[in-house]
Amino acid sequence: MGPLSTKAFLIIGAAKMLMIFVGWLTAVAGVTLAERKIAAWIQDRSGPNRVGPWGLFQPIADGLKNFLKEEVRPAGSSRWVFYLAPVISMFPAMVVFAVIPIAAPLPTRWGTVNMIVADLPIGILYILAIASLGVYGLVLGGWSSNSKYSFLGGVRASAQMISYEVALGLSLVPILMVAGNVTLPQLVSQQQDALWYILPLMVGYLFLTASYFAETNRLPFDMPEAESELVAGFHTEYSAMKFAMFMLAEYANMVTAAALMATLFFGGWDIPFWSGDNMTLAADGSVAGAAPAWWKTTLTGLCFAAKTGFFILVFIWVRWTVPRFRYDQVMSLGWKVLIPMEVVYVALLGGAMLYLDYLGIPFGTRYALYLTALNVVLMLVIVFVVDRNRIILGAGWRQTRPQRVKSEWIEYADRRQDSR
Amino acid sequence: MPIGVKTVDRPEVESSYLRATLKGMALTFKHLVRPVTASQQYPEEKYEVSPRWRGTHRMAVHVDGRAKCVACGLCPTVCPANCIKLIPAEDENGERYAAVYEIDEFRCIFCGYCQEVCPVEAIHVGVHYENAEYSRERFVYDLERLCAQKHPFTQLWDPEDPASE
Repeated sequence: MGPLSTKAFLIIGAAKMLMIFVGWLTAVAGVTLAERKIAAWIQDRSGPNRVGPWGLFQPIADGLKNFLKEEVRPAGSSRWVFYLAPVISMFPAMVVFAVIPIAAPLPTRWGTVNMIVADLPIGILYILAIASLGVYGLVLGGWSSNSKYSFLGGVRASAQMISYEVALGLSLVPILMVAGNVTLPQLVSQQQDALWYILPLMVGYLFLTASYFAETNRLPFDMPEAESELVAGFHTEYSAMKFAMFMLAEYANMVTAAALMATLFFGGWDIPFWSGDNMTLAADGSVAGAAPAWWKTTLTGLCFAAKTGFFILVFIWVRWTVPRFRYDQVMSLGWKVLIPMEVVYVALLGGAMLYLDYLGIPFGTRYALYLTALNVVLMLVIVFVVDRNRIILGAGWRQTRPQRVKSEWIEYADRRQDSR
Repeated sequence: MPIGVKTVDRPEVESSYLRATLKGMALTFKHLVRPVTASQQYPEEKYEVSPRWRGTHRMAVHVDGRAKCVACGLCPTVCPANCIKLIPAEDENGERYAAVYEIDEFRCIFCGYCQEVCPVEAIHVGVHYENAEYSRERFVYDLERLCAQKHPFTQLWDPEDPASE
């Protein structure tokens, strides 16, 4: 079967866009409920359960409420920027989804359809470029509100997201090195042929997770919001649907990040231990590998949804486990820990790959297993050697080298504390 | 290093981030999968209050429906929040009764002194807490409304242990 005709391409493209848009918005609405439910369960509560069975219609009720509430614009705020900011923060999360393949190619009467809105040849670069626009929504929202809390939230957002942009980019470098290309369908098919990248690049996944938590402003890194410090951070002054759009943008970023993690490291829509879905669609419409079928598309789509759902669960789960970092901890984790470690990791991985190439091992399962061994070693080093009072500079960390403080001072301080 | 700052040498497991976080996540996961223990489905399941709970007032009535109140004036006197309004009157037999008896449940601090002081066991605080209203005026309970309350009277002390020993 040849490639799609232009007309069929346009119609099917529009249908795919609509499908992804609706599915994605539904997912975002579901995630808002999932967050509240899981938060409740972790805290031994039962969560929203009044609207519909098990509270399933809660997002609808929330949406209706937000539509009906009063819109307040603070005095002295910058009108157009204030109105534009929620839109800007919503937009990048949505368009990034365009390059994520969501299922195996679907055979239709008009030709085989790739289940991706836009198979851009610059895949990952596009994601990085668009995702970095997301910070504008936060910064503009914080700046235009004419409020100190919002402003501080915006400033924090800009510092944090720009710092972690570097870490995020560097954490994707290992994938680019191993894969040798940047389009996501290619990455998926390579993971089908060899191993899921989580094994050969698990250290990279660790870095990516940390960077993505920071990029999506999820809990250990929710500096821009920081309710206990900044009221609600950059969206303090927002109300009604504009506030809801900021919330939706947060969850939308989460869904997109989860989908990206699934695609980049966990084989995308690949069903594990089954070669029946190992197919690639070439540009001319021919399919290499297994034969496409509608039920395979459905199954792989469900598999993709399951993987994405799992990572969303991880996002929520982490949020209700760990406390927020201090601001200096965030910055030093980004600049002093993540980025140097990523550079070293890239160098080590590059060396290992050069050596494997020198040995003449072709890319495949065996190649990936060698890299897995390297990564396991590095992971153990990070967990048991590096991560000792160094990664997060918390209470146990020495501000300076352990000084030989005059011991009588310490004893004096001890005595004073004891006598209190 | 400033005076009084101590460097704590914590064990390695506590001062690592990844291991400690994973441990924490294991703990939260246990809570995630275990059944809900903290929530109470309020309108369906109600909280059982103690028989000594001091809530909404209730006036005791005679069998013919008259309030037992003799308008002696002790409860407005003892009331620390000054929330009882009592205007006494006398009927043709020379018996005193309350012409106006109002309790402002907003001002009331539910100390229960009115019940303690009442010589004829007429006014009581009750074992009842659901007294929401749509307007502030509705919180001023008149005599008729106080007599119409049906919830149990508060037991201010345990009859077997009156000194709470």
